[in-house]
Amino acid sequence: MTLSETPVASEAIAGPERRSLRHRLADRGVDRLLLLSLPASLFVLVFFIYPSIYGVVLSFRPLKPVGAFGNYTHFFGDPFLRGSIVNTFRIALPAAIFNVLAAIPLAVVMRGAVKGQRIINTILVIPISLGTVLVADGLLNYLGPNGWFNRVLMAAGLIGHPLQLLHNQWGVMLSLVITGFPFAFLLTLSYISGIDPKMESAAATLGAGPWRQFWHVTLPLLVPGLAITFCLSFVLAFSVFPSATMLGNPNGDSHVLAVAAANTAFQQYDFPMASTISVIAAAIELLVIGAVLGLRSRFYAGTTTGKG
Amino acid sequence: MNDRFSQLRLEGVSRAYGSTVALANMNLTVGNGEFVALLGPSGCGKTTALNCLAGLLPLTSGTITMDDRRIDLLPPERRGFGMVFQNYALFPHLSVYRNVAFGLQMRKVRRAEVRRRVSATLELVQLADHAGKRPGQLSGGQQQRVAIARAVVVEPQLVLMDEPLSNLDAKLRRDMRVELRRLHRELGLTTIYVTHDQEEALSLVDRLVVLRDGQIQQVGSPEEVYRRPANAFVAGFMGYRNMLPMTATPAEAAGGELRLSGLGLSLTGLGHVQGPVIAAIRPDDIDLGERDGNCIEGVVEEAQFEGREYELLVRTAAETVLHVRTHRHTTLGERVRLGIARDRIMVYPAGPDESPEQDSAEPLPVQAP
Amino acid sequence: MSTLQGAGVHGAASWRITRILSLRWIVWGAAAIFFLNLLGVIAVVIANSFATHWFGSWLPAGWTLKYYAQSWQNYQLSGILVVTLQVAFAAVIVSLLIGTPAAYALARRNFPGKRLMMLAFLLPIMVPPITYGIPLATLLYKLHLGGTLTGVVIANLVPPVPFVILVMTPFIEQIDPRIEAAARMCGAKTWQVFLRVLAPLLVPGLLAAALLVLIQTVALFELTFLVSGPGSQTLVVALYYAVFASGIRPAQAISAMAVIYMLTTLVVLVVTLRYVRPTQMVGTVR
Repeated sequence: MTLSETPVASEAIAGPERRSLRHRLADRGVDRLLLLSLPASLFVLVFFIYPSIYGVVLSFRPLKPVGAFGNYTHFFGDPFLRGSIVNTFRIALPAAIFNVLAAIPLAVVMRGAVKGQRIINTILVIPISLGTVLVADGLLNYLGPNGWFNRVLMAAGLIGHPLQLLHNQWGVMLSLVITGFPFAFLLTLSYISGIDPKMESAAATLGAGPWRQFWHVTLPLLVPGLAITFCLSFVLAFSVFPSATMLGNPNGDSHVLAVAAANTAFQQYDFPMASTISVIAAAIELLVIGAVLGLRSRFYAGTTTGKG
Repeated sequence: MNDRFSQLRLEGVSRAYGSTVALANMNLTVGNGEFVALLGPSGCGKTTALNCLAGLLPLTSGTITMDDRRIDLLPPERRGFGMVFQNYALFPHLSVYRNVAFGLQMRKVRRAEVRRRVSATLELVQLADHAGKRPGQLSGGQQQRVAIARAVVVEPQLVLMDEPLSNLDAKLRRDMRVELRRLHRELGLTTIYVTHDQEEALSLVDRLVVLRDGQIQQVGSPEEVYRRPANAFVAGFMGYRNMLPMTATPAEAAGGELRLSGLGLSLTGLGHVQGPVIAAIRPDDIDLGERDGNCIEGVVEEAQFEGREYELLVRTAAETVLHVRTHRHTTLGERVRLGIARDRIMVYPAGPDESPEQDSAEPLPVQAP
Repeated sequence: MSTLQGAGVHGAASWRITRILSLRWIVWGAAAIFFLNLLGVIAVVIANSFATHWFGSWLPAGWTLKYYAQSWQNYQLSGILVVTLQVAFAAVIVSLLIGTPAAYALARRNFPGKRLMMLAFLLPIMVPPITYGIPLATLLYKLHLGGTLTGVVIANLVPPVPFVILVMTPFIEQIDPRIEAAARMCGAKTWQVFLRVLAPLLVPGLLAAALLVLIQTVALFELTFLVSGPGSQTLVVALYYAVFASGIRPAQAISAMAVIYMLTTLVVLVVTLRYVRPTQMVGTVR
């Protein structure tokens, strides 16, 4: 019942065969209206899918004549490059797990019409919109030996010497929490708001206390959403780049995959090798997403409105 | 648009979706000023037929002509019809006034003329006081009347209505029926009305078209269709709730009298069929007491008070359950004798797919949008 | 507290202790600590940008505005701001222009391969830019677009185009197609249906999508970093280079630039939040 189901006058002239083919295609939803998706499809094809494939192809064409898999053998043979995988995991995994786990209780408390929910959400959106570069710049001052963070802890008598939080994995992880936690929280909140509170009321009428309501009703319904939240948080942390170079030690324990790729591309001008590292990073991301979503499919993932 | 046509003709109109045929070879002629209903259970092809007429769906084959002008290849906006949608489909961002004025503006009618005609039409549907409101601020019945006003304001050659009353509650629906009849009388617009509600169709229109699986079953006046259903399906759909598989043999007496036997019953009916048949009987055609020599004995198993009448379930000795409507009060377990006038037993040849349909032919509940 | 009140006070106190220790208050406490730190991170940048001199003390030794002028001149911020706005608005307009029709097609039709197409539109949002950025940059350099404004705009369109489709598709889906049919029955031609019925109904969705694209583009670092050259840097990238090359210029000048960047973002954010709920800013990817 939409725009282009209108028969065109030209069809009257066209033979019956041509008309029936067009008709058959229209039955399957293929008609002129689909042309509207052409510009966007072409754009994504040319500037996302093609470069991605191009990157994979490029990774098998090393600069030096070392065979198609030369870049990959080089990557896994070089302890410094190989170590970037471990570095990335050691930063991204704790940060992502922390962000998601910390988001759950706050989302539970904030669910429903808590006073000032909008203000809190607004404050939390700020670090997301500011982006990693600015947060990293702020942390550079804030976490330094003379920064406010260490000063407050020393003034409170909690530490005797300033903590060394910069130019190691701590700084990178903290920056991932500052930008990643609000992201995980807002996502979790939108999932938990989609759960009909009447279902907990139903559990309560059946004799479940607050804890058991959460454990047996809310959490199982939230798990699919949490899986997505974790995937996105992990991918975000796994691709950490500016804060790793600004706050971490990009030549040591903060030499993550993104840094390795960018350095290879723009310092050594070895684009095939940089593409190789990108491909490896993408493969790991897809592997983790696939694993988490695979686990998710074993949970109930349907409607959460209680209408079944 | 006063160039009134004299005949709208659908010839061999078909519509298929992939391999499923929604509408098969429909032939129908509608005269100017007629009020016609397309009636049938959901999925019978009535809405498909309406959308084909509107131009919202292309035909798979067939032609639609208005007098001698072929219109089935015209896009909907060039057919000049008005349409009332099931959920009204009002423009939510426009006021009532501008909703109604939309069609006139599309036709480039002068502003003063637009104002005059919109006001007159809003007056007609009794919404003159609500012209400035948005559709969201109106009740269901008011929205319904805006939809009707929007369709009729352009004085279209043909008004199409797709279950326009199905989203209203029972009382409003009865009021709107009266309203629709009045509008049709006053404006004299040719109207094609789609519904699954046989009562609504019977009370509204001049002519009924009963559809099933994309095929026309019967065309006729409300009285004809109600009193003489063309086949067992139409009978079941028109409220002949007792569909008894029996065997017919011609009686010795002349005048097309039939002996019907089966289910432990023996009845006299009229007709020219032989062999296995379906005897269709309306609950309110069954009387307490013998009629025309037809007599059935049974026990009242269930009695429901329905205002004026009681709806009874009577179980016969041979375990056949009959639906009966009567004014008389009976008690559960009471033995009763039932009689049926012989011309009120409709006898149809038992087809392979005709007999067990009576339940699915019941009007389906309306689904909320 | 007198001992006379004994048991009653004791009961109230223990009740209060469990209340204080209840989960709700732990959560609020943790959230408060997070907010304080967030505030500190932002405040330290602002304070530093106005500092005459700041080392080893709680607050700067004195206040000044001179580093804003210095920053504006040294980093040629006016030029960078112009580039940033050009890139952001180009991204908004182009992504709406090509994303919305595609969203319409996806919302109104079921066709073979639709799921595959949806996946192709979902990937650029799910996959982080740094992962596909290097091959994309390589390609753009091959096309001699690397380092140019056009190249930066193209790179900055890769996430927004699918993003607009993802935001607009459910928005269009909830507009009843029968409203379009009704307009046609009233005699409206295709362009009139689009202009007089669809467009007004889509305005809230388009506005939300536009603002979300705007705010994302201003903060999009990785792709611009990989593709831009000296004349085509946006503010984030310039800030990154400034921090990276710190020591050349005074730290306060960098902070001043960071504050200017923050202000740009916050202006867009304030406008955005008038039309978009905060949860929507992350909740479009499901």
